[in-house]
Amino acid sequence: MSAPVDIRAGAGSSLREFLHGLPGVDQVGAEARAAMLASRSIKTTAKQWALDMAISMIDLTTLEGQDTPGKVRAICAKAKRPDPADPTAPQVAAVCVYPDLAHLAAAEVKGTGIHVASVATAFPSGRTSVEVKLADAKYAIEAGADEVDMVIDRGAFLAGDYQLVYDEIAAVREVVEDAAHLKVILETGELVTLDNVRRASWLAMLAGADFIKTSTGKVSPAATLPVTLVMLEAVRDFRATHGRQVGVKPAGGIRTAKDAIRYLVLVNETAGEDWLDPDWFRIGASSLLNDLLMQRTKLATGRYSGPDYFTLD
Amino acid sequence: MGKFEYAPAPESRSIVSLRESYGLFINGEFASSADGRAFKTISPATEEVLAEVAEAGPVDVDRAVAAARRAYERTWSVLPAKERGKYLFRIARIIQERSRELAVLESLDNGKPIRESRDVDIPLVAAHFFYHAGWADKLEYAGYGPAPRPLGVAGQVIPWNFPLLMLAWKIAPALACGNTVVLKPAETTPLTALTFADICQQADLPPGVVNILTGAGDTGKALVTHPGIDKVAFTGSTEVGKEIARECAPTRKKVTLELGGKAANIVFEDAPVDQAVEGIVNGIFFNQGHVCCAGSRLLVQESVYEQVLASLQRRLATLRLGDPLDKNTDVGAINSAAQLARIRELSEVGEAEGAQRWSPPCELPVKGFWFPPTVFTGVSQAHRIAREEIFGPVLSVLTFRTPAEAVEKANNTPYGLSAGVWSDKGSRILWMASRLRAGVVWANTFNKFDPSSPFGGYKESGYGREGGRHGLEAYLDV
Repeated sequence: MSAPVDIRAGAGSSLREFLHGLPGVDQVGAEARAAMLASRSIKTTAKQWALDMAISMIDLTTLEGQDTPGKVRAICAKAKRPDPADPTAPQVAAVCVYPDLAHLAAAEVKGTGIHVASVATAFPSGRTSVEVKLADAKYAIEAGADEVDMVIDRGAFLAGDYQLVYDEIAAVREVVEDAAHLKVILETGELVTLDNVRRASWLAMLAGADFIKTSTGKVSPAATLPVTLVMLEAVRDFRATHGRQVGVKPAGGIRTAKDAIRYLVLVNETAGEDWLDPDWFRIGASSLLNDLLMQRTKLATGRYSGPDYFTLD
Repeated sequence: MGKFEYAPAPESRSIVSLRESYGLFINGEFASSADGRAFKTISPATEEVLAEVAEAGPVDVDRAVAAARRAYERTWSVLPAKERGKYLFRIARIIQERSRELAVLESLDNGKPIRESRDVDIPLVAAHFFYHAGWADKLEYAGYGPAPRPLGVAGQVIPWNFPLLMLAWKIAPALACGNTVVLKPAETTPLTALTFADICQQADLPPGVVNILTGAGDTGKALVTHPGIDKVAFTGSTEVGKEIARECAPTRKKVTLELGGKAANIVFEDAPVDQAVEGIVNGIFFNQGHVCCAGSRLLVQESVYEQVLASLQRRLATLRLGDPLDKNTDVGAINSAAQLARIRELSEVGEAEGAQRWSPPCELPVKGFWFPPTVFTGVSQAHRIAREEIFGPVLSVLTFRTPAEAVEKANNTPYGLSAGVWSDKGSRILWMASRLRAGVVWANTFNKFDPSSPFGGYKESGYGREGGRHGLEAYLDV
């Protein structure tokens, strides 16, 4: 007599069957839902709350080849005191830098409660050996990052090698252990379909992600409302079935306060208010912060001031 | 109190200048009714009186039909077709220009959320006029012969659920084909039709081509039974539709009827669940369920019943019910006290017959006519709430096991206006669509309208089609 085959979700060869057994996403319907939620009108007190919440959810990011110690110190200063003219403006959630600059950022924000996120695993393309990726993640943590933003192997995912993607995430999870939060970047702009976004979200969560993140910011399109909608549905359903809450981070392309508020509405009406918290929702951005500050000042004073009244970084 | 409470975001009423009283629109001018009778129209959300409106009697109907006949014979039917088209284009553009005013007025008088009147009703109204404006000088290509002739004077009676949109469905094709019209809007929602009369004046439409008579059932009856009418078009209840069919049977009048429905929204186990749930919500809670093609019967495959129901209930808890003019409102007011009474009565019948009633936690305003989104589970084909049209935000949930059973249950109704199928499998959707006896079958969507797509019913949902090339037939002598 042969033994029964273990077909539980996530167990070995059934990973593929599990991911392909998830309900499909109808793209037209998902886009229509995101567009409807984007038409919500957030005014007065609600806007005030949303602007401050959005600021406190920002991962203030600089990920350029030309990043220098000076630049990193500057964004850390901005992260701590976004609006020097108004001390009531909240500080951001984290600064996000490359691993070789993480130690600088860690020193700058020490004791402020601001997290240091570092991208790793051969960001942004992820095209190198597993050994190098793991070393990269380790390096980031040792430099003082308490959040690691890793990229998945999109090539393996698109080739259908889900196990490889899973194993890599799990390996990074092991390296990171409890020393840092693990954010898994799906790079949805390269996965293209919403079915893929849903599968990659579940794959990352099953492999141990603390957060799932849309994009590196290096591929267009980066974060979009429909993609974030599908990811929010995934974390909502994952918590319902697996009992563990996972965060979501749209990153790239969110530049205006209006955009940011739309994401908060999406969170509120999809995953629910448990996610309306910097511990569970982040926005990866740089120029967004100043628009939020400008709208904040407008709401408080009734007047728009020019961009020169807000610090560049 | 939630974390993220949306502050009130009311659309301003100031764009609408309500008159104290409105006359009948006959032969290009506003006039009071011959016997001076009038009635009041209210906002169903607050019961505030909005205006007084003239009530047309038989004498007024005579005058309006005579004006329409004169305009038909002397002006409209002899005008070059491309000139008719120009008038319709002009009307369409004015509707777009005045869209905010029309949207606010529609929400005030009907009770529907401003988001719907702004994003659905009024854009579709303009689209219907644009679409039919294009047909005016191309009728020879519509498939009805080389030079299809109009019918003459059309008597049109429309309901209160989509007041201006139903007006557009009636007037745009009639005028494009060369007919003139006398139209009666519903007694609870006359204001946008009267504003449309104003738009006809603004567009310099020749007098008598469009006549608007306000009033209730008696006015409608006087209109459709008038011997000077060549064509009757009615959208409304099946009961009244049958009466009209009886009245018109011994006459030469051509009749189209768009009546009630009890549409099945069929969710298969391989459906995209999150979008299907949106489709269910849109199918029955759109416009407070005041939709003849509403997906009022949800048929769920038993294997995914629990999952779909749980998702649906979670989603319904986020619906925002309240002030129709608030831009964040999803569910507005029930249109009238009479309709509210009917919804209440049938819901009580549902409970008495043993179905389980559920509504999300939801505070109803004190003034006005309100009913919470309601779901009945444990419903079978034998229940009255699975057979009768409730015309309100009330969903009956049934289950099925196989595609054949789904078709059987979906078709097992006196109606046949619309149906929805949710599945990721294209071949199954086509298989279903060819077997469902309904005028519209939506695949992975619901309540989607387009002027180029014909709309109409099977069985007691009526006959004739509106919209598209097919809809022209109703206004041509073919």
